[in-house]
Amino acid sequence: MNDPDAFLVVEDLSVEFPTPDGPVRAVNNLSYTLGLGQTLGIVGESGSGKSVSSMAVLGLHDADRTKITGSIRVGGTEVVGLNEPGLRKLRGNSVAMIFQDALAALHPFYRVGSQLAEAYQVHHPSASRRDARRKAIEMLDRVGIPQPDSRVDDFPHQFSGGMRQRAMIAMGLINDPSLLIADEPTTALDVTVQAQILDLLQDLQREFNSAVVIITHDLGVIAEMADEVLVMYAGRCVEYGPTKEILVSPEMPYTWGLLSSIPDVSADIDARLIPIPGNPPSLLSPPSGCSFHPRCAHVDKVPGDLCATQLPELLEGSNGPGHVKRCHLANPQEVFRREVLAEIAPDLVEES
Amino acid sequence: MSERDTTADELVPEQQAEIEPAPALTPEVPKFEELAQQAHTAAALDLSRGTVLEVDNLKMYFPVKSGGLIRRKVGDVQAVDGVSFEVPRGGSLGLVGESGCGKSTTGRLITRLYTPTGGRILFEDRDMAKLSKRELKPLRREIQMIFQDPYTSLNPRHTVGAIIGAPLEVHKVVPKKQILPRVQELLEVVGLNPEHYNRYPNEFSGGQRQRIGIARALTLNPKLLVADEPVSALDVSIQAQVINLLQDIQKEFDVAFLFIAHDLAVVRHFCPEVAVMYLGKIVEIGDRDSIYAHAHHPYTQALLSAVPDIKQAAIGGRRERIRLEGDVPSPINPPSGCRFRTRCPIAQDICARHEPPLLQIGKRHKVACHFPGPIGAHPDAPITARLLGTDEVGNPDPGATPSPQITNKPGFDDTWFDLDAKTFGRA
Repeated sequence: MNDPDAFLVVEDLSVEFPTPDGPVRAVNNLSYTLGLGQTLGIVGESGSGKSVSSMAVLGLHDADRTKITGSIRVGGTEVVGLNEPGLRKLRGNSVAMIFQDALAALHPFYRVGSQLAEAYQVHHPSASRRDARRKAIEMLDRVGIPQPDSRVDDFPHQFSGGMRQRAMIAMGLINDPSLLIADEPTTALDVTVQAQILDLLQDLQREFNSAVVIITHDLGVIAEMADEVLVMYAGRCVEYGPTKEILVSPEMPYTWGLLSSIPDVSADIDARLIPIPGNPPSLLSPPSGCSFHPRCAHVDKVPGDLCATQLPELLEGSNGPGHVKRCHLANPQEVFRREVLAEIAPDLVEES
Repeated sequence: MSERDTTADELVPEQQAEIEPAPALTPEVPKFEELAQQAHTAAALDLSRGTVLEVDNLKMYFPVKSGGLIRRKVGDVQAVDGVSFEVPRGGSLGLVGESGCGKSTTGRLITRLYTPTGGRILFEDRDMAKLSKRELKPLRREIQMIFQDPYTSLNPRHTVGAIIGAPLEVHKVVPKKQILPRVQELLEVVGLNPEHYNRYPNEFSGGQRQRIGIARALTLNPKLLVADEPVSALDVSIQAQVINLLQDIQKEFDVAFLFIAHDLAVVRHFCPEVAVMYLGKIVEIGDRDSIYAHAHHPYTQALLSAVPDIKQAAIGGRRERIRLEGDVPSPINPPSGCRFRTRCPIAQDICARHEPPLLQIGKRHKVACHFPGPIGAHPDAPITARLLGTDEVGNPDPGATPSPQITNKPGFDDTWFDLDAKTFGRA
């Protein structure tokens, strides 16, 4: 965190799309860093800017129609404003992306093997087709597809959901990228398959020492996978820090809301499921002040109408350096322990 | 009103009419304490009121036809194969399992969107498995369905009022003039602005659309709602709103739920009783504590251990878990004997020869396994061998006769098989 020499450095990133109804600022002043071998989890609701910010890392936004400001450096290369040949060299080679819907991301007309081989040949122009095919089989084997030398000639529809996701991962990793962005990699899968895919991602990360960004709305996945968590709301980072601190002693009411609105398989039976009221705001006319204040149940604990008028700075909380949050609450730890935890996990309050 | 979801409380029509672009967004957010008091804790089990639905040995086979001109039948997809359970009156039963295990088909059979191949569906002691369309019509009022995807289950060309009012018109429950007031009442129940009856579904967000789907299902005051993955298409913060709304509705209108979901944590919160399905069969059924804290079937244990746990953040790293290899086998040609044996970590010879009966092993706990036990303490010898009249590897034992205690009927008995004493006994 805050290491200027880290592999991935995102600084003051803003992404704005002009629309007929006015500009939409999907990402607003986002900053984070990620070292090799580390995993960053990005959580937030749909429309919070988590996918848009990650697509900017690969330069996937149309340069003519998107206004991107700030800086993204991948292994020292500046991505913002990079020309198309430069981006091509980057994509697939040092940065790869895994998408949520593998059936939509794989081309239905081409065999899985040729799609994998293509990804390899683009970045290894001297490789023969036979080498590329061998590499494709090797990667399919590596991600745990049974009988890879025959399945390599299958079409995507002949694969099951979990196998397609594996094939996507194989395609992403075929050039040993140093940074892997996984956008909701397991959302459409069953829990048992999800566990297999998460295992695979972790094994591969250990083997290749790559940096991984995992985008999800499942805090359970975050808890088991990520070293650091970035919570996004309405295009802004609202809380950022080590996973343990964010999930055990969060200091921002939106993170509390996320925690309280998800039931847990091992929760106390007396735990309540407390939703976040209302709906996510429209980014066309974002709320004044703190963008979460229209849905925040703790606004009454902040004097005056500070929440509605002034955007809180991203400041260090009481947990010390490395854990930053955007909130006006003066004593978040106390409010969380006394009020929120008492309702959502009564068993934990008694312990502490 | 006090029990209702927060967005409903502040709905004063005059106020809302002024806010145009965002329907049903409340300007005032309640304090956290109020919010917490409106939220529900996990639902409790009430056995005193009997059952509303009994499903007995339900079967659904879909024919598989060959290609070519003469499309001969070449096999069956055994989507649901001998499922039995009960839904308590005003209570809820959860149905969990991986995709393709037949849980949605079961839901569609109970709403009679399919005609079952075999078995009985007793709704209030009346078998509706074989009824004709005309005979079914009055029963359709009693059983309604909430669908998974709020984007495709509402007709985009109909107004919300027309969607919610359609069942009233079809069943001629109220005179035409009274349809609109009833629609507005229902919109209010589900926490939407009653003034919005003439809007179209595309003007609402996903969570609000799901509320419209719930209002439509409630129109005819059903006694049973089949909820097929009602929250899995929604954002996390909206999921909790909808679950709380369903709990409000259950209390207020005394409806029973058959809650179909793949999210084990949501089912645990909503349902005091849960059935776990694998490849068309129930492998374990019981109350919340039996399934989530004392699961005896290796599949349930693997499923539970695969769920990522937020509490793991305090410890770091991944949780220990039982790894299941491979994918679910095809239901066209399911494995012989126990259908889970191909992926089971404790499978033995008998598992391939005999299908394990769904044996009651606790007050409200049944399990279909030859070696039921807690994780790491599964017995070495099959406990079912004697009951099935076989020896330990599953060969017929001439000296033993199959036990009459093995049945596949819904519900729980007062006596059950004691795993320690290895006999049937009374509690």
